[in-house]
Amino acid sequence: MAKVKSLADLRKMKEDLQAKVHLREKGDNYESLVQVKVGMGTSGIASGAKETFNFFIEELEKRSIEAVVTQTGDMGYSFAEPTVEVTLPGKDPIVFGGVNTKKADQIIESYIKNGELVEGILPENYDTIDNK
Amino acid sequence: MAKYSMHILVCGGTGCRASESAAITKNFKKQIEENNLSNTVQVIETGCFGFCEKGPIVKIMPDNTFYVHVKPEDTKEIIAEHIIKGRKVPRLLYVDPSKKETIEDSKHMGFYRKQLRIALRNCGFIDPENIQEYIGREGYESLARCLTEMTPQDVIKIVKDSGLRGRGGAGFPTGLKWEFTSKYQADQKYVVCNADEGDPGAFMDRSILEGDPHSIIEAMAICGYSIGATKGLIYIRAEYPLAIKRLQIAIAQAREYGLLGKEILGTKFDFDIELKYGAGAFVCGEETALIHSMEGGRGEPTVKPPFPAESGYLGKPTNVNNVETFANIPVIIQKGGAWFRSIGTEKSPGTKVFALAGKINNVGLIEVPMGITLREVIYEIGGGIKDGKKFKAVQTGGPSGGCLAEKHLDTPIEFDTLVAAGSMMGSGGMIVLDEDDCMVSVAKFYLEFTVEESCGKCAPCRVGNKRMHETLGKICRGHGTMEDLELLQNMGRVIKDTALCGLGQTSPNPVLSSLDNFWDEYVEHVNEKKCRAGSCKELMQYFINPENCTGCTACARVCPVGAITGERKQPHTINPDLCIKCGACIEKCKFNAIFIQ
Repeated sequence: MAKVKSLADLRKMKEDLQAKVHLREKGDNYESLVQVKVGMGTSGIASGAKETFNFFIEELEKRSIEAVVTQTGDMGYSFAEPTVEVTLPGKDPIVFGGVNTKKADQIIESYIKNGELVEGILPENYDTIDNK
Repeated sequence: MAKYSMHILVCGGTGCRASESAAITKNFKKQIEENNLSNTVQVIETGCFGFCEKGPIVKIMPDNTFYVHVKPEDTKEIIAEHIIKGRKVPRLLYVDPSKKETIEDSKHMGFYRKQLRIALRNCGFIDPENIQEYIGREGYESLARCLTEMTPQDVIKIVKDSGLRGRGGAGFPTGLKWEFTSKYQADQKYVVCNADEGDPGAFMDRSILEGDPHSIIEAMAICGYSIGATKGLIYIRAEYPLAIKRLQIAIAQAREYGLLGKEILGTKFDFDIELKYGAGAFVCGEETALIHSMEGGRGEPTVKPPFPAESGYLGKPTNVNNVETFANIPVIIQKGGAWFRSIGTEKSPGTKVFALAGKINNVGLIEVPMGITLREVIYEIGGGIKDGKKFKAVQTGGPSGGCLAEKHLDTPIEFDTLVAAGSMMGSGGMIVLDEDDCMVSVAKFYLEFTVEESCGKCAPCRVGNKRMHETLGKICRGHGTMEDLELLQNMGRVIKDTALCGLGQTSPNPVLSSLDNFWDEYVEHVNEKKCRAGSCKELMQYFINPENCTGCTACARVCPVGAITGERKQPHTINPDLCIKCGACIEKCKFNAIFIQ
């Protein structure tokens, strides 16, 4: 990895990275790519987020669903760990709470395959700095 | 196979459930079936929307329509109009009270939300182990702008203008601290990040380090640039292994990208960060004790002045800030001091992260603008008290804070108002207590923590807290006198005035504030030997109600001390002199015959 040499460098890198995310969302794979983010702070992991994370990776592959599964930090919903955010192409992200492997299976079968929601949705209840 | 084109989301949070959201869900499901829409419309119950005062809430997707105050009889109209004909039902839409406009689309309703995430902006959003995701979210741009477009004085000015106050507890203005440290001349200065989060129930710093470690690295480098330091140290407790691992990964990545190390971003500025591990002592959150611990000495505080800004780590000028304080810095540089000041209150600008815990429905991490009331936090964001019980108190500020009562529910949360109410902001633990919690025992619990954690250097803290703890124990056992209550008040005041460091000076707070706010409960313990919450074991007595007792002997067999006697098929009795109040008999009794008084 070449070092970042200047502010201009950094900005270019940011734009490239954002474009990549953009491409990921709107590009060739538009129809097929699903994004799954698993909240893996200490609270999440203590409630089984690692099993959930591995389950998504293994099962999505087994069931031939093209998806990007990543880890992220604590989403703040300690009362509903493990928490998982699923973004279907062209749709708003949805956060599900209490996602053990059984629930993860339901999410794959119902929501990811058919767009059918499953219980345990946690509505986004905060505002972000992008709007302020 | 059903392919749903529309979803009806009904809020299933506690608040909305209390106002019949279950009946709404039921009606929707029934009417959807009646209209033969089962294959295209799906009804689903969700978690809390955090907008309980307008509940029950119904959201229609994909158009994001947001209906408020929905009643079970409204479902027919929503289905007939919105679902079938595609026409929204105006009378159920939310009207923005300030502009008198109807808001249709929940995407434009950010302002209704009680929470605003600044310090937690990337937490739960990016992959913390991937620097690219941070850069993609404008990460390190603030550092780059500081290094290339601003002088160190400019940076300090922005932080001063923002009015940011230290999020570790005491609320000292961060910009001023930076300015002090910048003024001392030395061959080496240090930036220290205090990640020794020690309040029981607080985990905001851990979550930030685990979820967004690069924001701390960037902020520390910005601080280093502004005060003239080239070395950063993060003092983190060894009990946070995941945070440590993610910090190590983040530091390595930042070095690889040239964002730490020599000549950062092609400028003359060098900065690098090292981790220092603590063994997890509460007193090491105090900055002088923290510095001694980092130097390899005992974690004991020393008298200030000299402040660390003058003589800190290895005797060099040192700036110590808390994790959450640092997490705010890159955004302040990016958006400006005036922007930050526009959020929160005049004296406490910005937001604060709280760890909600205790007898509350939505336990978790929240970030709210300063000035929000405890009522909003507990009832709207927190979803109210568990199991419909009655609110009693909220403990803020951990062992240094105090217990606020019902009368404080409408107090705005900011540094100074909390102190005026007898508590403090602390690092942001917020433990909610209900009617089953005994205030004397709670005060005793916190004091026990301080007694354990006291470093023992000064007598007021070492001896005074121990004596206060004993006195509270005496009251809990039913041997307290009114003189004891007076003694607690006097001793508490003396410890506050004479202890050496922040730990000792604040340790009597839980006792003093609960004496202030729950005086009656203390008096009951003393005069009536009664604990209304039923938690002081030695003030309770177990009885068997002869009307319910069938004489099954189950309790007598389980009693470990043989305190229960009686003939088979005859009501039993408990000998109070033998009973150790372990509760085993209550668990065993199938007839609800045993009660406590």
